[in-house]
Amino acid sequence: MAVTALPTMGPRAKPSTSEIVKSGIRRRYAAERRFRLYGILAVLFGLTFLVILFANIIARGYTSFLQSSFRLEVFLDPAVIDPSGAREENTLLMADYGSLAAEALMKALKLDPKSRPDERAVTGLLSQNADTEIRNYVLRNPSEIGKSVSLWVLAHANADSVMKNAFDRTVPEARRKVSDRQLALLDRAKAEGILQLRFNTGLFTYGASSQPETAGVGVALVGSFFMMMTVLLLAVPLGVMAAVYLQEFAGRNRLTDLIEVNINNLAAVPSIVFGILGLAIFINLFGLPRSASLVGGLVLALMTLPTVIIATRAAIGAVPPSIREAALGVGASKMQAVTHHVLPLAFPGILTGTIIGVAKALGETAPLLMIGMVAFVVEIPTTPLEPATALPVQIYMWATAAERGFVERTSGATIVLLVFLAVMNLIAVILRRRFERRW
Amino acid sequence: MDMAVQKSFTQDVTEAAAAKAVKIAARDVNVHYGDKHALKHVTVDVPDKGVMAFIGPSGCGKSTFLRCINRMNDTIPGCRVSGKIEIDKADIYDPSLDVVQLRARVGMVFQKPNPFPKSVFENVAYGPRIHGLANSKAELEQVVVTSLRRAGLFEEVKDRLADPGTGLSGGQQQRLCIARAIAVDPEVILMDEPCSALDPIATAKIEELMSELTERYTIVIVTHSMQQAARVSQRTAFFHLGNLVEEGPTEVIFNNPKEQRTQDYITGRFG
Repeated sequence: MAVTALPTMGPRAKPSTSEIVKSGIRRRYAAERRFRLYGILAVLFGLTFLVILFANIIARGYTSFLQSSFRLEVFLDPAVIDPSGAREENTLLMADYGSLAAEALMKALKLDPKSRPDERAVTGLLSQNADTEIRNYVLRNPSEIGKSVSLWVLAHANADSVMKNAFDRTVPEARRKVSDRQLALLDRAKAEGILQLRFNTGLFTYGASSQPETAGVGVALVGSFFMMMTVLLLAVPLGVMAAVYLQEFAGRNRLTDLIEVNINNLAAVPSIVFGILGLAIFINLFGLPRSASLVGGLVLALMTLPTVIIATRAAIGAVPPSIREAALGVGASKMQAVTHHVLPLAFPGILTGTIIGVAKALGETAPLLMIGMVAFVVEIPTTPLEPATALPVQIYMWATAAERGFVERTSGATIVLLVFLAVMNLIAVILRRRFERRW
Repeated sequence: MDMAVQKSFTQDVTEAAAAKAVKIAARDVNVHYGDKHALKHVTVDVPDKGVMAFIGPSGCGKSTFLRCINRMNDTIPGCRVSGKIEIDKADIYDPSLDVVQLRARVGMVFQKPNPFPKSVFENVAYGPRIHGLANSKAELEQVVVTSLRRAGLFEEVKDRLADPGTGLSGGQQQRLCIARAIAVDPEVILMDEPCSALDPIATAKIEELMSELTERYTIVIVTHSMQQAARVSQRTAFFHLGNLVEEGPTEVIFNNPKEQRTQDYITGRFG
């Protein structure tokens, strides 16, 4: 007030505070609006790419959840399957079931059973797996031999492409994988309802295969499951114990500082380095089998350990010291204060950190390549010591295959992996909400 | 005022205090936080059954000294305590003495109410449970109810024993913390500015409670409020810059302090 009242400066020499504020206020609000706009644009930018990514993957991949099959009345001809009638297992295993399937399809399409070109065309429409499917049926029900049974038999991947309208009919016949005759047969089968798209359970139950129609993520699912269990059983207890000790019991000295810095560094080590470590230690030194999900799990557990430790330490650190003091103040020992009060309060944070760490490990490919989990594994493993693959590795392997069937399976497996991870994150959120407590 | 009368009154009170048994005896206590000398050569006696108040400006070492009495300073990294503190003639810094046992005998109430994020019942039952003070569920319930009664909280929470302790009001939470402290039946209760986060009505309730508790417990309270010290305590110690400046009967400290610094603080010239 003394300044504005100075007579020598005149009445308009110094504007009042409110005038100064008023003159700048429009600019300030404009800056604020601009700032908000940048934020919204950044969010929209991110969301757009996320939507494009998801739309792309789903558009490419949803067809992999459907697969074409023929509904066939297969006559289990005793003359073909078991001419001697002895029902010996070897005879049943070796019989030519493929010809039975072809015969059934020819009959269904009302073709002349004697026509050789027709038989060739029809055989090309059936999956090579049709043979196995009928054989498995016969082995399960040997009493059905001599009867006609109604079976769903997988179509060939090329026929499947035609069914899914993914086949370019304008290409000259000589350069097509499906001949004009076959196309005509397929159209007829489709019109008569013999050929249908059905839910592809094989995607989840088959292992590796060179034919797209019998390739699935079964082995990868089981391998990923074994690895997840290994990570949970190893990384979580070890990580939580280490974090509790470092945060609550260890003194602060040069050694613990060094350990802390190194744990933070470990979290930033590229995952392929862990793969090399796993190869050198678990496989070469300890002699564990290659491609085994146990080794994969061990490597991923090592990789997840720093994440779990850091998340747990952060969660423990966020528990207010007043709770510890309260417990110690009534005479709880240090361990009682930690186990009765600190850990329960830190539990939601530990859980979230752990699940995110495990989810990250599940999406990891590079270290698994190093320990040989890129193998062509057909049989679904029953123990963690048997060869297996993992979901992301399966995606990587299919992505390098050229057939149309594998292209859609690449996206299909990606959808499966994303759903898997989304479910895990959802569980993390739900558990967090459930266990979160206010203080 | 007649000087002679005043003097003899002072003497009477001092003698009365001296005659009372000494509960806590501190001799030449020093506390260092790293390089900082936080508490310097403190020697003081706390008499049995009564309220002793520690007053002084912020950072004067009064809370530090309080936390020495139940060895809560042990939990602070870089904190060193030297000198001797005896409770009932037993050195509490003796290596053979167990700190858990000590804290069962010396309860503590903190500045900010800090109930556990559990039910009212569990808050009070926690101490007896970990020390194994109750043999049966009925006995434990008895302890909880008695403690809540003594803390003057039972009537207010008797229908809400299963509700979370954090859902109570600030003053109720602090009385819950007092109930939690007395549930293990300690001999000494340390209170570190127990009313600084409370409104005047809740403060009055806690002060009333303190005077009731003196029948059974020795209470040491750290407070910023000189009026509170004058209201609740029988003896007062004034700390300044880590030194114990003066200690004596509350009336003497407030009416006739020996030291100029005490006089200045009490009359509001600093702090």
